[in-house]
Amino acid sequence: MNAPTQLSIAVRLQAVCRYFGEVKAVDHVNLDIYDGEFFSLLGPSGSGKTTCLRLIAGFEQPTSGSIQLYGQEVANMPPYERDVNTVFQDYALFPHMTVGQNIAYGLMVKKVPKPERERRVREMLEMVRLPGMENRKPSQLSGGQRQRVALARALVNHPRVLLLDEPLGALDLKLRQQMQIELKAIQERIGITFIFVTHDQEEALTMSDRLAVFNHGKIEQIGTPTELYEHPATGFVAGFVGTTNLISGDSARKLTGSPETLSIRPEKIRLCPPDTPVTEDLYGIDGTVRDTIYLGMHTRYLVETDAGFDLIVVQQNLESASADIPTTRGSRVKLLWYKDSARRLTEME
Amino acid sequence: MAALSLTLTPPTPKPPSLPRRISTFFFRRPNLSLILTLLLPLLWLVVFYIGSLSSLLVNSFFRLDGFTGLIVRQFSLQTYRELASPSNVDIFVRTAVMAATVTVTCAILAFPVAYYMARYANYRIKGLLYLGVLLPLWSSYLVRVYTWKIILAQEGIITWFANLLGLHGLLEALLAVPGIGGPSLSFSFLGMFLVFVYIWLPYMILPINAALERVPKSVLEASADLGARPGYTLRKVILPLAFPGVVAGSIFTFSLTLGDYIIPSVIGNSSFFIGQAVFAQQGTAGNIPLAAAMTVVPIVIMFLYLMVARRLGAFEAL
Repeated sequence: MNAPTQLSIAVRLQAVCRYFGEVKAVDHVNLDIYDGEFFSLLGPSGSGKTTCLRLIAGFEQPTSGSIQLYGQEVANMPPYERDVNTVFQDYALFPHMTVGQNIAYGLMVKKVPKPERERRVREMLEMVRLPGMENRKPSQLSGGQRQRVALARALVNHPRVLLLDEPLGALDLKLRQQMQIELKAIQERIGITFIFVTHDQEEALTMSDRLAVFNHGKIEQIGTPTELYEHPATGFVAGFVGTTNLISGDSARKLTGSPETLSIRPEKIRLCPPDTPVTEDLYGIDGTVRDTIYLGMHTRYLVETDAGFDLIVVQQNLESASADIPTTRGSRVKLLWYKDSARRLTEME
Repeated sequence: MAALSLTLTPPTPKPPSLPRRISTFFFRRPNLSLILTLLLPLLWLVVFYIGSLSSLLVNSFFRLDGFTGLIVRQFSLQTYRELASPSNVDIFVRTAVMAATVTVTCAILAFPVAYYMARYANYRIKGLLYLGVLLPLWSSYLVRVYTWKIILAQEGIITWFANLLGLHGLLEALLAVPGIGGPSLSFSFLGMFLVFVYIWLPYMILPINAALERVPKSVLEASADLGARPGYTLRKVILPLAFPGVVAGSIFTFSLTLGDYIIPSVIGNSSFFIGQAVFAQQGTAGNIPLAAAMTVVPIVIMFLYLMVARRLGAFEAL
């Protein structure tokens, strides 16, 4: 699913800044998130993605700039007046309440009558696949179950935007992958806007319709997962979203005649016998295999080129892989890749 | 990478040293270690705590022979009949009302302080506040009570300050209120109440603070996020989560007020509190059984109090 066709804007940030003393946690961020979109804020810790989410939720007020929810200015509105709900990183369930009371909290605040409250709590528990758990205490639940209760507690209010602050961070790998699929399925079913904060690029790529990559309080690039992966705008994005080889300075000049930094994904490089001819549409470079790491589906090679820099190469372990490719440590190889699969980057870290 | 050739000779095993053998001995027998760890405190608890309490209970079922003035060591309920006399019940009610009032006041005063310490104060201010709360406990309790006697006296700083502000009339009106008033603050229930609150306040602040420290900020944010205004969050989230701390603090303030006999004798008028009555019965009157029975009263009151607290769910968030 790509960006939705009806482009009504759910959340709009304009020149938003949030400074903590000298620290520019969020620095002139402009961002449009469309209605019904699964949008991720991706970045390393301290990059400003969580602060950005907290600004949208209302837990922080921006130092300057404008935040709009469906056209309404909310920058200085308290969280309890905004039509958004949050799933917290630590779940933040109320420890003195049962699961049912936790989920019903938002409805209690809005004075929804009891029968309807109970019905909606039951529906939510079914949706997050915890039926009949109303009377448990949060302390009796596993991490994955608490996660689901937190999700149900937020969604029961039918918010226009759901904010998720690294909600899967505390779960183990298997559970995390399962929750990724469930979250995505729920989002597609109920169709509300999800804003998802994560530092896990794989998670962001698999789940998002679009994502923004944060670094040092600024957005480096906004786009679909494919755009970000195939056309990274900056060295930071190229390095953070997936792995990449960056070739810069003299090494780049030797290949392309220009000192601009080149980014080439490890899986786009072909490992060939040393005598393979280099055609016009290819870059080719000789080297020696220094290290191989077998990863099941594929193998990762560290190749030291004769030009002096190292390249990481990933080759799929296919049945048909020809046996004549030298892949043992110390073998001489030629590395080839299509010129148009390498990206020239505008800036470098 | 050049292949490394290493020859590893295993170290010749040495017989383990004595300390190591002892450690291993205990490591293999965790139950024995646990018993040894708990032996001393358990001995202490059984002999001194349970021992003195049971001797108290046993004594309360003896009676004093009115003619000989000797204690009759036979089971009897006569002491408890004596305990139920109107003048004694007066003492219990007076003490319990004072203890309850002191507890409620301490809770009301302590909560904002504890909340500020847990939520807003940075490390420096928090350290200073802890110091401020604990500092009075460094000096002698008796000295502090006598200091208050001077502060509250007719010629003391409070009267002086009230005069300065032209509030002398207000002070006199307060002292004229029957039941809590008296000739001066230092001879009134009002003054006694002030001193009780002052003395026990730290014991209320610290447990409430400890309870509030355990409430993560995100839980309060979640409440706001779900549409609750600050007042609603206070009632439905903060207070219930602080309640175990309030109960823990109130156990201190309530039971300490119930049992105290120094403050009533230094600050109060001639009406007795439980502590003073116990003191008088076991001392001048030589009526150990009645003194023991009177001591059972605060224990029973505390027991009832904890039952009620449990009913109210005070220990559910623990």
